[in-house]
This record gives sequence, structure tokens and C-alpha cells, in this order.
Amino acid sequence: MTLDLIIPIIITLVGASTPILLAGLGELVAEKSGVLNLGVEGMMLIGAVITVAVVLLTGNHWLAIVCAAGASAAAALIFGFLTLSLSANQVATGLALTIFGTGFSALFGQPYTGKAVPLFRSPFPPELAADPVWRVVFGYSPLVYFSLIMVVAVWWFLQRTRAGLILRAVGENDLSAHSIGYSVIGVRYLAVAFGGAMAGIAGSCFPLILTPQWVERLTTGRGWIALALVVFAAWRPFRLLAGAYLFGLVMTLEVYAKAAGGGFRVLPSELWAALPYLATILVLVLISMRRGGSSSAPACLGKPFLPTG
Amino acid sequence: METSLIPRLELVGITKRFPGVLANDNVGFSVKPGEIHALLGENGAGKSTLVKMIYGIMQPDAGEIRWNGQRVVVHNPKAARKLGVGMVFQHFSLFEAMTVLENIALGLDSKVPARDLEARVREVLKQYGLQLDPHRTVSTLSVGERQRIEIVRALLLNPSLLIMDEPTSVLTPQEVDQLFVVLRQLAREGCSILYISHKLHEIKALCDTATILRGGKVVATCDPKVETSRSMAEKMIGAGLKDVKKAPGRSFGGDKFVVEGLTVPRTEAFGTGLDSISFTVRAGEIFGIAGVAGNGQSELLLALDGEVQVQPEAIRIEGKAAGELSPNARRRLGLCAVPEERNGHAAIGDFTLADNSVLTARNRLGMVTGGLIRAGAAKTYTGKVIADFAVKALGPGSTAGSLSGGNLQKFIMGREILQKPSVLVVSQPTWGVDAGAAAAIHQSIVELAQTGTAVVIISQDLDELLALCDTLAVINGGRLSAPMRVGEVSIEEIGLLMGGIHGTAAETHIVPGERDAVPA
Repeated sequence: MTLDLIIPIIITLVGASTPILLAGLGELVAEKSGVLNLGVEGMMLIGAVITVAVVLLTGNHWLAIVCAAGASAAAALIFGFLTLSLSANQVATGLALTIFGTGFSALFGQPYTGKAVPLFRSPFPPELAADPVWRVVFGYSPLVYFSLIMVVAVWWFLQRTRAGLILRAVGENDLSAHSIGYSVIGVRYLAVAFGGAMAGIAGSCFPLILTPQWVERLTTGRGWIALALVVFAAWRPFRLLAGAYLFGLVMTLEVYAKAAGGGFRVLPSELWAALPYLATILVLVLISMRRGGSSSAPACLGKPFLPTG
Repeated sequence: METSLIPRLELVGITKRFPGVLANDNVGFSVKPGEIHALLGENGAGKSTLVKMIYGIMQPDAGEIRWNGQRVVVHNPKAARKLGVGMVFQHFSLFEAMTVLENIALGLDSKVPARDLEARVREVLKQYGLQLDPHRTVSTLSVGERQRIEIVRALLLNPSLLIMDEPTSVLTPQEVDQLFVVLRQLAREGCSILYISHKLHEIKALCDTATILRGGKVVATCDPKVETSRSMAEKMIGAGLKDVKKAPGRSFGGDKFVVEGLTVPRTEAFGTGLDSISFTVRAGEIFGIAGVAGNGQSELLLALDGEVQVQPEAIRIEGKAAGELSPNARRRLGLCAVPEERNGHAAIGDFTLADNSVLTARNRLGMVTGGLIRAGAAKTYTGKVIADFAVKALGPGSTAGSLSGGNLQKFIMGREILQKPSVLVVSQPTWGVDAGAAAAIHQSIVELAQTGTAVVIISQDLDELLALCDTLAVINGGRLSAPMRVGEVSIEEIGLLMGGIHGTAAETHIVPGERDAVPA
């Protein structure tokens, strides 16, 4: 393979990976605090449609991303209220959030369907961003650089700060954290809101990097891949980065398989399209088989916190 | 300091009501500086509720807490720690997947840089002669070491009152001695200690004063050094204490339950594997398995009752190979079992007692015909269990979850015993059960053995095992010691085996209480 082929592949790969990386980081933090939010897909769709609306109305990408983060965080807080304050079942509520997000985005997005959205392009000068070689470093949307910074930030927060330690403690043993005197519910609200905001930003990636328009179900199930990715990464930010780019590679191959043919023709393009999802299932099966050996899942993941006594 | 006339802590008329229960009724007592004060009472007497109010986890409905003579309101644990109250919980508030240092940092209210914290932790460890590696992950530590984390966490705040909630229930006798050395040193330095326990000999050995609670009220304040264990126990229970009646000079029948080379690999991250466990229980014999929690007891119970299947020849019930049989098939052969966890394992809380009877007694007592439950038979049998074992329940229709711990345990024991098993395996038969119910359960086990049943008791309560068992073995790290005849073995010897030192005490020359007796 030549550089001409590899560089476009890398650029597509990075773009495809960014939303699942961002959503995965948010979900990782929420899960570390002990909350399993299966509403990632729904929150991403809300983020995506809000982004489209704000960009088309104001033309300001940054404002669109902030609005998307806020809207998805608000949706996450509804989930938080139901599961944390009212102790509703997290799995059922998360699924409901996804269904809600799908429906809301379809309704809200109707007036914007099919309209072209300006892409959110590289912040670097065109000499670098458009350079046939250097664009592999400088040619990405600010969202990509943001996602990479967030990997380091999340790792640093969880491992190096006291707040991160408390968050992990809450997810590891909620009753103990409560008896020491930490607000379990409060910490989880913040973590869920962060997860929502990150999912919203992940949603922004679809119209701003990948497909510059709004169509129903724009995120095509990537929220589920982000969820699987968190498990795949064993709740570690850097492994999440590696996993996201691995999935990104598989998704990119699909695109090239459709376009190029040649060696890709071995498999029908439908199978290429199904690959990321098959890989998700495979990874989840492998991990649950391994679960007996050492599970790194936060011990209180998915359990409602009911302070007793 | 000449403040010894003012009590460090004084409780006046503390009352706390829960729906349907008066947990604390006008409780009052005081703790002097440097005093080791015992709070004694049965389960449900209100001890835990009381200390939770002192530590700010709960608020009293009435009454006041005075600290060094001043009235205080303790809003939360943080406020309590600010006053100088430290607490070591019975169920440790530790985070398994984190290191010792991270756990300690979580317990501190102020931000301390990791390096300074480590230095301070090491200093406290040295000052009190405690052995602990700050960088180990908690899940790899023994229960005694975990308790040391809690103690260090409390000591770092220089407390002037340390509350210890049932601290010795999970320790080996040697670890208990070490703990007492630390507590006495603390008291000498002027720290008051509120020591909660129901183990009378410990209170006699350690405490200066004892306040006895029963049914939420203070029934007596006494000097444990002049009281006898029996007199304190009777105050605690409020009635004469019944001893377990064991017929002297019992003889055993043939081998009923034989375990040979039972090996189960470790399956859970924080679990223990079983390493060629062998023992034989004869008809009428009560065989005890002692050990500190987490040394393979849960795994052993699962392998014995059939929840985990093993090699067919590893377990024989009345001569029949049963290792690869399911729990149901083993019940048909005559093996009944009572696991440690009452709610959720031995019984289903949301089910009625009658339905819970059907779950384990259906085959042996014909409660199911053609796939249909014979409700009448289940109800009759459940009624008999309730009557014979004096279970306080409205009837067979009450849900298991509505019973108190002791009553549910009596029901579960009765449900298995009245099936007339030829082998009974019981784990922690009286864990969290009040003394009255415990005595009844002990008596029923002894009586069952007299009818020729082979009984296996897995317990962490050494007193219980020594009172009940004919033969005793110690489990440590998934391996079982050679069986010992009760009456011919010393507590020191058992304690050393519990701590993982194999061989006899005479060979190892370790004085109980010496610090390095129990390896990490």
C-alpha cells in the first residue's frame, strides 16, 4: 500500500472513531460511579439533532456543540432523576432513554432533514491542514483533538485527583462511601450528567465530521458500540482509545470495501457493514467468558443505591 | 489534663424510633477520658443504632449528646470526626479494588498529598506496632489486615473517642490479642474507647465499664471485672441462660459422609480455591470447620451442597458417590444444607414460608405431584416447623423477608431438620442471631445428631464450634487441617491453624499476642 491510500484510511478511521471514543469516555465515567446508562444512543441522537439545528440557525459550530452537550446532559439528568432519586431500574430506564432520544430527534429534526450542514474543519492553517502528508496530523476537526485531550483528562481525573478517587469509591462500594460521608447520589448525578454531555458531543460528530446533514437515526447504532467499547476497554481510558480506533478501522474498511472492490470483494459489502456490530458481539462474548478470571467492572455497576439505617 | 471529672461523651435520654420499633428508649450513659467502655447487648438491642447517632449517621428523635460537657448536634460523620470521634465498623467500609493508601485517603476529610499521607500512615503503623503494606490492594488482604486499615484510618485523625463495632467477630484469637494491645495503648494515651460486643470474655478482659442494653433500654451499668460472664449474659438476655445439653459419652455409628480429595479451582477474582479437602463424618457426629472468613468456607459449602459439582468420588453420602450430583439429587440421597446467607440464598424473601418450604422439601416430603404443588402438604409442614422451632411468624403465609434474622434462621434450620436428613451441612448457623434463638438452634443441632445424623458445621465462631462439635478441623487458604477431637485441642493451637501456621503450637514457639504471629 502506498501513502496515498494509507493517509485517507487513517483520516476516515479517526473520524469514525471519534464519536464512539467521546461517548465511551462519558459512559466510562458514569459506569465508574456505578451507573449503567444504556441511553447513550438516544443521547447521541439528541446531541446530533441539536447540533444540526443550532448550526443551521446560527452557523456557530462551537455554540452548537455546547448546546448539544447541554441538551444531552439534560436528558441524562432525567435518567438520573428516575434511576438515582426514584431508584428505577437502570437497564429499563436506559433503554427508554434511547427510545425517547430516537423519537425526539426524529420529530425535532424533521424541518432540517436533508439540509446541508457546514463541516467543522481543522483549526490549523490550510498549508498544514490540506497538506497531502501533514493532514494526517493537522487535518482533523477540533472535535478530534478534543476527544484525545479528554482521554488524558479522564485518565488523570480518575487516577490522580481526589474527586476521581471518590467517584471510583462510589462505584466500587456505595454503602461504604455513604458511611464515610460522601454523597453517593450527588456524585452519580454529576457522573451521569458528564456522560450525557459527552454523548451529546459525540452526537455532534455525526453532522460536523461524518455526514453533513440530518437524517433520522443518524448515529446508526454507534451508541451501542460505545457501550460495548467501555466493557472491552475494561473501564480504562487509554484502552478505550485503542478500542475505539480498532472499531474505527473495521468501520473504515467497510467504506473502502463499498467503494474500492478489488481485494475487498471477497466478502459482500453487507457483511463488511455488519462487521463492527459482529465485532461488538464477539468482544462482549469473549469478555464475559473471561469474566470469571478477573473482572474489572465497578462492583456496584447498575445497582440502585438505597441507603439503609 | 485535669478534665477527668467531665465525661468525654455523655448521652442523655437518647430515643430513636423506627416504624414499628423503638430502637433506643431513653438511653443514657457516659464515657470518661481514657476509659474502655463496653456496650453490650444482643442483636437488635439497639447498640448499632446508638453508635450510628454518636457518629452522625443518624439523628436521635429525642435526647442529647454531650461532648466534653458541651451539648453537640452531630449532623454527619464528618462533624463527628471533627469532634474527634473515630469509628471502626463491623462491616468494613473498604473498597476492594483499591489500595490501602487510597482507602485511607478516602476516609480523610482534608486533602493530604499522597507522599505525606504515606509517611503519616507509616508513622502510625510503627507507633502501634501494626503490620500493613500501604500499597497492597485490599482484595488481597486478610480480614485482620483489613481491620487494621480501618483502625489506621481512625487513628490518623487523633481521635479522642474511638468506637469499635464488634471488632473481633472475624479475627483469630491471636489477632484479637494484638488488637487488645493496641486498644490498651490508646486508652493509656487518653483516648476513650466505646467497645461494642456480645462476647463476654473479651469485655471482661478489656473493658473498665459495661453498659448493657436490652430492647433499646439501658438495663445495667456494671464493672465487667467483678461480674461473671454468666451474670452479664443473663442481664443481656433478661432471662436465665440455657446451656446446650449434650449427652455425655456418645458413640458414633458408621461413616455417613465422606469427603476425599475435594479440589475446586478458584473461579472468582477474590475467591479461594479448595485444595484436596478430606474428612469423614460418622453417624451422630458433629464435625466443625473453623476458620477466618474468606478461607474457602463459601466455596466448600457450595461444593458440599451440590451448587458446584465436583469429581463423583470426592463426596460420598452413605457410601454413594455424589460429587457430580445436583443439590436436588443430593437431597434425595439425604443431604440437606443451610447456607450462610439467609435472605436470598437459603430463603427467598418475597416468597411465603410455605413456598420456601416447597423449594427444599418438595422431594423428600412429597410436596409436588405431577408437577403440581400440593399446597396443603406445604402448609401443614410449614406450620409444624413454625410450631416445633418456636418461629415468631404469623403463619405459613408470612413472607420470609418479614421475619427477623433469628426467626428466619430458626425457620430455615427447622425446615431442613424436620426433613430428617442423614447428613446436614450448616454454614454459620447463628450468625447475626440473638442469644435466645442461637441456643435453640444449637440445641436442635445436638438433638438431630443424637438421632444418628452426620452434621457438618462451618462457622467462624470458635466458641460455638467448641460447644457443639465432637471433632474439629480448621480451613485456611482452601486447605483443611487434620481433624482434632474437641477437648484435646487448645484454643492457641486452633488459632495458629486459623492464621495459616501448620503444625502444632509447641513446634512453632509463638506466644499469643506477639506481633508477627500471624503472617500477612
